[in-house]
Amino acid sequence: MKTYIADIERALYDVRDADKSVYKSDAGLTEEIIRDISERKHDPPWMLEFRLKSLEIYQTIDLPTWGPDISALNMDEIVTYVKPNAAQVSDWSQVPDDIKRTFDRLGIPAAEKKSLAGVGAQYDSEVVYHSVQKQLTDLGVVYTDMETALVEHEDIVREYFMTLVPPKDHKFAALHGAVWSGGSFVYVPAGVDVKIPLQSYFRLNAAGAGQFEHTLIIVEPGAKLHFIEGCSAPRYNVTNLHAGCVELFVKDGARLRYSTIENWSRNMMNLNTKRALVERGGLIEWVSGSFGSQVSMLYPCSVLHGDGARCEFTGVTFAGKGQNLDTGAIVVHAAANTSANINTRTISKGGGCATYRSAVKVTRNAPHAKCSVNCESLMLDDVSRSDTLPVMDIEGDEADIGHEAKIGRISEEALFYLMARGISEDEARAMIVRGFVEPIAKELPLEYAVEMNNLINLELEGQL
Amino acid sequence: MLKIDDLHVRAGDTGILRGLSLNVGRGEIHVILGPNGSGKSTLMNVILGHPKYEITGGTIFFDGEDLTALKTFERARRGIFLSFQNPEEIPGITVENMLRTAKQAITGTKIKILQFHRELLATMSELQIPPEYAARYMNIGFSGGEKKRNEILQLLTLNPKLALLDETDSGLDVDAVEIVSSGVAKFHTAENSCVIITHNAQILKHLPVTHAHVLLNGRIVRSGGSELVAEVSEHGYAPFEVTP
Repeated sequence: MKTYIADIERALYDVRDADKSVYKSDAGLTEEIIRDISERKHDPPWMLEFRLKSLEIYQTIDLPTWGPDISALNMDEIVTYVKPNAAQVSDWSQVPDDIKRTFDRLGIPAAEKKSLAGVGAQYDSEVVYHSVQKQLTDLGVVYTDMETALVEHEDIVREYFMTLVPPKDHKFAALHGAVWSGGSFVYVPAGVDVKIPLQSYFRLNAAGAGQFEHTLIIVEPGAKLHFIEGCSAPRYNVTNLHAGCVELFVKDGARLRYSTIENWSRNMMNLNTKRALVERGGLIEWVSGSFGSQVSMLYPCSVLHGDGARCEFTGVTFAGKGQNLDTGAIVVHAAANTSANINTRTISKGGGCATYRSAVKVTRNAPHAKCSVNCESLMLDDVSRSDTLPVMDIEGDEADIGHEAKIGRISEEALFYLMARGISEDEARAMIVRGFVEPIAKELPLEYAVEMNNLINLELEGQL
Repeated sequence: MLKIDDLHVRAGDTGILRGLSLNVGRGEIHVILGPNGSGKSTLMNVILGHPKYEITGGTIFFDGEDLTALKTFERARRGIFLSFQNPEEIPGITVENMLRTAKQAITGTKIKILQFHRELLATMSELQIPPEYAARYMNIGFSGGEKKRNEILQLLTLNPKLALLDETDSGLDVDAVEIVSSGVAKFHTAENSCVIITHNAQILKHLPVTHAHVLLNGRIVRSGGSELVAEVSEHGYAPFEVTP
C-alpha cells in the first residue's frame, strides 16, 4: 500500500464563523408551521419558545460553504421536508425495488422491513421491549422516546436539551431545534452499570423518527452504558434530508459506548450532528459506521471537559457509486491529562468519494493532552476518490499528538497470494476489504458485525 | 503431471524465461538450482499465473490440461500449491479463517469448523507453531522463519498434488530448516510431487530427490539426479555457463 500524509488544510471548521448574512429565501418555513408542529406534539410552552428561537436562528444562517455539495437540497422547499406527514410513503408498493431487494438479502424480517421503510404500523418487538424496560426500571434507568421524556422527565430534558449542540451551531442544528421530532432518551443514575446494551432499534417506528430525531443520553457519575443506534439495513424516507442530533453527557468517572451503523437510502442527505461532553475521568467510546446516503456529513465530537477525560473513536465509511461521504471526528481537549484515540477506515468504490475529516483542538487549559489519530483509506478502483483532511490546533503545553494516514489500493500481491490458495478473485477481494475493516468490525456487537460483513459483500457485488 | 515445453516469458520488456522445458512426474521431487536472477521464482509464479508475467511462447500442461487458459485460483483448485519466497502480510484475515476458506474453495465442500480447528492445531504443533497463531492475522508480525513455517502449514492443510517451494529454507536457522524439511517430507507421497528451489542442500536431507536442474539465463542448461546438487555446492555455477 502506498502511504502518504495528506496536506493539512486549515480553516475547515469555521462553521461558527461562517458569514451570517440574512437568508431570505426560507420564507417557506414559517412560525405557523412551527407552531403547528409544536401543537401536534403537545410541547410545553418553553419547548415551543425554543423551536421559535431556533427558527429565527435558522433564518439567519447560511448553508456551510465547505465539504460536499449539498445543492441538491432545495432549501426553498424545506417546508416539504418538515411538514408533518408531508409526502410520506404510506404504501409498501411505493418503496423502491432496490431497497426491498437489499432487505431480502440482509435477511431482514418482513415486519421490520416495513418499519425501516417507514410504512409499517408497528414492528412487533413490544414483548422484548417491555421485558427490557422492567429490568431498567428496577435499576432506576429511564429509557424512553423523547416525547414521553418531555412529559415525564421535563426538568431533565429542559436542563440538557440542545445545550451541547446549540441551535446557533450551524444551519442544520438550528433547523433541528425548530422541527425535531422523535428519538431516544436515556438517563442512567449514578453508579448504575447497565449490563445489556440498549438498542434504539425498538424505536425506529416512532412517529417521525429517522428524519429530525433527537437522542439525549445522560450517564451520571460512575455509571456505565452501551447504547446502540440504528441498524445496518437501509432506512428509507421519501423526503431526502436527515438532520438528527445526538447529545451525550458523560459525567465524572462514567463510561458510555455509543455504537451506530447508519445506512440511509441512496437519496438521502445525511447531515447529522453528534456531540459528547465528558467530565473528569469519564470515557466516551464511539463506534460509527457510515454506509448508504447520497451525501453524508458526520463528525461526532467529543468535548473532554474534565481532568483525565478520554475518548475512543472507531469509525468505518463505505462510499459506493454516486455517494459522497464526508466523515470523521472532532476532539476538543479542554482539561488536563485528557486523551483521545481516533481510528478510522474508509473505503471508496465505483466512483464514490470518501473523505476523512477530523479536527483535534487542544486548548490552553489542557496541559499533557494525548491524542493519536490513525486513518486508513482503501480505494477499490481508479475512478473512486479518497481524501484525508486532518486539522490540528494545539495550544496546550506538553501535548503528545500523533497522526498516521494511509491511502492505498488492494495490493495485487495480496490478491495473488489468496488466489494461489484457491480462493476466487471476488472472494479474495472481499476478504481483503473485510480484513481492512476488521479492527472496526470487532468493536461492533456480533449481529451488527455480521450485517456489516453482508453489507460489504453486497457493496462489492455492486448490487445495491 | 506437470509438462512445460519451450516456455518463453517476459515481464514488461525484459525476457526472463527463454525456452524452458520441464517434466515432473507423479511422486518425483525436482530441485531447481541457479543463481539469483536466473528465472527460478518467475517459473514458479508463471505456473500459477501471476499477472506480472506474460507468456510469449510455449506451453504449460498440468494433468493433460492447458494451464494458461485458467485463472490463478482455478490452477490452485487443480492441485498446485506455491510456497512463497516472501509470503504476503494480510491485515484482518486470520490464519485459520484464510486456511478454512481456501480448503473449502479447493475441496468444494463445506468444512466442519470444530474438526478443522482440531486438525489445524495438530498440524501447527508438528511444525512447532504456537496455537495462538491460528487467530493471528496472516503473517502480520511473523518473523521470517514463522512465515515460512506458516507456508508449510498451508501446504500440509491444503494437501495439493504439486508443491512448488520457492526458497522456503532461505533465511532460516538450522533448526527451522529441519522443521520445514520434515514438514515437506511428511507431505510427500508417491502420489504427489515437489519442485524445490533452494540454495541450501540441508532442506533436501529428508527428501528423496529424483531430479535436479541447473537454470541459467532463463533456460535449463543441465539436468541430472541428486548428484547435481552436490556438484553445484562444490563448484558453483561457473562450470555451467555456456556462451550464447
